[in-house]
Amino acid sequence: MLSKQDKELIAEIQSGLPLASHPYAEIGERVGLSEQKVIQRIGSLQAGGVIKRMGIVVRHHELGYTANAMVVWDVPDERLDEIGELLGSQDYVTLCYQRPRRLPDWPYNLFCMIHGQKRERVLQIIDAIVESEDLADIPHKVLFSGRRFKQRGARYL
Amino acid sequence: MDAVDRAIINRLQEGFPICDRPYLTVAKQLEITEDDLIGRIDAMLGAKQLSRFGPMYHAERMGGGLSLCAMSIPDGEFERVAEQVNRFPEVAHNYARDHRLNMWFVLATETPKRMGEVLGEIARTTGYPVYDMPKQEEFFVGLKFEV
Repeated sequence: MLSKQDKELIAEIQSGLPLASHPYAEIGERVGLSEQKVIQRIGSLQAGGVIKRMGIVVRHHELGYTANAMVVWDVPDERLDEIGELLGSQDYVTLCYQRPRRLPDWPYNLFCMIHGQKRERVLQIIDAIVESEDLADIPHKVLFSGRRFKQRGARYL
Repeated sequence: MDAVDRAIINRLQEGFPICDRPYLTVAKQLEITEDDLIGRIDAMLGAKQLSRFGPMYHAERMGGGLSLCAMSIPDGEFERVAEQVNRFPEVAHNYARDHRLNMWFVLATETPKRMGEVLGEIARTTGYPVYDMPKQEEFFVGLKFEV
């Protein structure tokens, strides 16, 4: 469980780090902690995995990555681990998750993301993976993203 | 965007130091000044090339709920429903995708219990069912965009 102090700290930094030479001191001033204490708490939240990492999130559209494909697979349950590991290890695959099927409308249980600058190139990459890894018997579908309606970080507090 | 901006983006997707002078540390690695680094991050946030600069949280370890959700919305209704869905503060991002399930968004809630409530509220407000597909297993996550 997170302490009240950690929750306050998380709430204070979730919208972004101050752009100043001592950012952690500034956060400390807002929540009534010393710079060293803020550094120690954030370090420990990161070591404990509550914070996955500090850094930036890019807006991939603005950086030219406009072909963003969610590739979904209908994998027999007994082959999920094997194929999940296999797809997760491919170059260009940035995420690979198992998610539940929602039958009858949605039979797919393995999701991966491939981002590229052009659709044709992304489709070539997917074809190459299917061929080289012998996945032709695993039904898959490619869902490119169209318009983006909202992109911001999740807020928890 | 020039070579220095690109180097900053590539570097900061790998993490940010937790120490007294983190900007100075990164600036030295990139052989620029601390002021230049701060100014460029500020400019890229302003130009919306970066969406955020700060911590990425692990929703489940925060005690929260996280799910990928999809809906099937007829063309003529899409704008109205997107607006209604995006009004929920728990909706983190929302993309149209080319499938019968054509609206895909991420829901992040403060507690797992709240997830069920928000899913119900979205379905009631919009009049369409929501399919939620929370992550069951993670085989790989290495989201990084080389620029």
